[in-house]
Amino acid sequence: MSDRKPEYGLLIDYEYCTGCHACEIACAQEYGWEPGMAGMKIIEVVEPLPKDKAYLAYIPFPTELCVLCARRTKQGLKPACAQHCMAAVIKHGRIEELAKEIHKPRMVLWAPRP
Amino acid sequence: MAQKKREIVRTTTWSAGPGCHGGCGVLAHIEDGKLVKIEGDPDHPWSQGRLCARCLAMTQYTYHPDRLTKPLKRVGERGEGKWEEISWDEAFDLIEEKMGKIREEYGPESVIFGMGTGRDIPPWICMLAYAYGSPNVMFALSGIACYSPRIAAVETVQGDYCVLDASQWFEKRYDDPRYEVPECIVIWGYNIPATCPDNVFGHWIIDLMKRGTKIIAIDPRLSWFASRAEKWLQLRPGTDGALAVGFMKVILDEGLYDHEWVERWTNAPFLIRKDTGKLLRASDLVQGESEGNFVAWDAARQEPVVWDSANVEYKPPEAIPALKGTHEVTLADGKEVSCWTVWDRFRDEVDQYPLDRVSEITWVPQEDIAAAARLYAKSKPAAIHWGVPIDMTPAITPTTQAIANLWCLTGNLDVPGGNVISRHAFDVVAYALPGGEAIIKLDDAEAASRRIGADRYGPLREFIWRAQPDLVLDQIFTEDPYPIKGMWIQSINPLAGIGLDPKRWLEALEKLDFIAAVDLFMTPTTQIADVVLPAATFLEKDSVRSWWVPLQTVNKAIKVGECRPDIEINFELAKRFDPDFQWETIHDLFDEILSPSGFTFKELQEKGWAFPEEGSSSAPYHRYERGLLRRDKKPGFSTPSGKMELYSSLREEWGLEPVAHYEEPPFTPVTQPDKLEKYPLILSTGRRSAVLFHSEHRNIPWLRALDPDPVVEIHPDTAKERGIGDGEWVWIENWLGKCQYKAAVTRVVPRWMVMATHGWWFPEEKGEKPHLFGTWRSNVNLLFPMGYQGKDGLGTPLKHMLCEVYKVGGGEKENE
Repeated sequence: MSDRKPEYGLLIDYEYCTGCHACEIACAQEYGWEPGMAGMKIIEVVEPLPKDKAYLAYIPFPTELCVLCARRTKQGLKPACAQHCMAAVIKHGRIEELAKEIHKPRMVLWAPRP
Repeated sequence: MAQKKREIVRTTTWSAGPGCHGGCGVLAHIEDGKLVKIEGDPDHPWSQGRLCARCLAMTQYTYHPDRLTKPLKRVGERGEGKWEEISWDEAFDLIEEKMGKIREEYGPESVIFGMGTGRDIPPWICMLAYAYGSPNVMFALSGIACYSPRIAAVETVQGDYCVLDASQWFEKRYDDPRYEVPECIVIWGYNIPATCPDNVFGHWIIDLMKRGTKIIAIDPRLSWFASRAEKWLQLRPGTDGALAVGFMKVILDEGLYDHEWVERWTNAPFLIRKDTGKLLRASDLVQGESEGNFVAWDAARQEPVVWDSANVEYKPPEAIPALKGTHEVTLADGKEVSCWTVWDRFRDEVDQYPLDRVSEITWVPQEDIAAAARLYAKSKPAAIHWGVPIDMTPAITPTTQAIANLWCLTGNLDVPGGNVISRHAFDVVAYALPGGEAIIKLDDAEAASRRIGADRYGPLREFIWRAQPDLVLDQIFTEDPYPIKGMWIQSINPLAGIGLDPKRWLEALEKLDFIAAVDLFMTPTTQIADVVLPAATFLEKDSVRSWWVPLQTVNKAIKVGECRPDIEINFELAKRFDPDFQWETIHDLFDEILSPSGFTFKELQEKGWAFPEEGSSSAPYHRYERGLLRRDKKPGFSTPSGKMELYSSLREEWGLEPVAHYEEPPFTPVTQPDKLEKYPLILSTGRRSAVLFHSEHRNIPWLRALDPDPVVEIHPDTAKERGIGDGEWVWIENWLGKCQYKAAVTRVVPRWMVMATHGWWFPEEKGEKPHLFGTWRSNVNLLFPMGYQGKDGLGTPLKHMLCEVYKVGGGEKENE
């Protein structure tokens, strides 16, 4: 396990993630993962709320397989998940820079395994 | 190691493969003639580099080991699963011989040309059917209940169809200065993650939400939109029509409509005779006057004034037509009749729906209906985006009329950020959608009159050029008025996907003398065919796309086995069946289809895509004001009167109710109270998967892993009452049949409803009869009947059935 301070991360605006799974398959294609494996995993949350209401949320979660698409980003491309995200809610960048972009609620900044 | 040479082909998606309605720009990475990767095209104005899971799985789809790559001829009994590979020439010869024999003995109408959701191939299916001489092109879902009823209904009252404006008409999209972001969008029965219906990229709505658009969600399920909506109306499935009329009630009572628009652009002032209940025609007033001209009451001169439909004006033009009031009119025969205005008639209908009644019908609280209607009406601009549940009810047309009235009454038609008229780019039309004109059409009026259902249903006679599928199925058994002997089945799967009462479809198919199927994989349906031809994915073909804007080409990037594009297959057979077939090559045909644009296929292919310029009839906005919708270039709409018709003159001609209203569907707690004790739950079906399109993709490993089982969503309380745990197998049952599904215990459905996914079969299981890839096991269509289409032959009760669910106890027999 690396103790190095993570430099790059993914900023997710999960308010707008629709759970379309494009990120997972984009990753599977990029790295040839077996079915059921990917560097990104969509977590569905159906959160019960008072008065018989509920909130449906999807959270893209970078798994142990995420390598932040170093090969792509070096070529000036977005990571496979970020480029193909149908809702355009995944942004790759330096963690310090991304932190400044948290301008609204329902966002999460991931620092995946480098 | 030497780097392999990689070529990147830029193309446009449009089935087969992702299975969608297409339009996205992709970059196909090719090495040694093989697809190695597919990416979204960041420069593409439609999708801006985004791409869905199904398209991203194209490498697995294209080179799947089960992909059909050679023509197959049945050698055993039907359904026995014994096939012999044959050459294309042998396949074409065999089809020509068998179908030729049927045509000779029974006439060309005895062969049905079936299509599924179709996407890019309906023009080529029509081309082949018409070359053969058959008028019977069939979309196999009961009541043709997917999109074309909505299109037909909208065109009936406003001449041209329209869609949510997400700036798709402009290359610069949201940054184009002509565009305005809608303040509010009503999402009516539509769930985003999976679908891009109506040729609208679903996630454009998210782009708009990020730019401030508020959402009103109308959905019985807690959809993604419902979860984020300003207002969520959780209606009882099938009551959309009542809700829409309820919206109108609020909008009219509170004066929230665009008065000027109504007076100027609708037929609200036209007079209706109280004695017949029909529109007063100029021919009623003066002998020899046109029946196509209507009459209003001139408030200035206190006398009837004729509306000249052909010239889209009153005679005299300075007349001041009265919107309201009852007037006595003397007819040509001297008879005096009392007439009221369309507006009064329309108001009278809407007044039948006070909110307490609407609430009782829809199960939505009154105050929520009122608040949502006000939010929609007061937001400027506002748009409505709807989904296929609107088509999936027998009263599809009155429901659609009610919703179409909303965007008209609020002045949101063809305005920036509203519902914008969606003409084919540059008016390039490959095959006519309902009511349209096109290169490919059946010119033989006598043959057209033999289309199944044309004698019975007005819209099918004059508008939708399709055979009515419920009647087709009956006619296969009755042979009345003529026998059906063959079927051409191109990428449809009635046994596992589109067919209601699927066992009856199987029986029907088995009755036929000859079935030719075209598909990419063996399916339960192709198992019953006599010949199966291997079709190509979108990456393996050239094509054109004008649904709607921009105009694009699909460009061949690879070849797989001996697979051929649908158009090439149909083109070859069309030439064989029609000695007068007018095109030499496919590119000749493309060039002719594209001719209104001024581009040849090659030119457009080099350009990639093209947007119609300002002033084109396929570029927004305000086209009815600018004379861009009618052939005579006069302001107005392409309807019989030239007006947007709140009271439909065509529906009147067809003997159908001309004004928007509500009809309770046939299998609901209201219409079937006696069944409730045994079947207390509302069964809805058709919820989309993000990774599986209808009956496709069950064999694509990446995708199947994400959505492995047929699931039925059950509310936790409903499941608990029945002792059902999450992930357990349950029976869904009603008086028509039963099937097994995996319970997804979730709050996304209300307590009183379950939602079963559709299109399930198991490509990994054995294909031969009776197993047919296990298609009877989890086939929710076994619980839905054919034959409940609406009064106009359209729509079917697919979102609102009744059922019970209970745990699979072990020991029961699976469906055979």
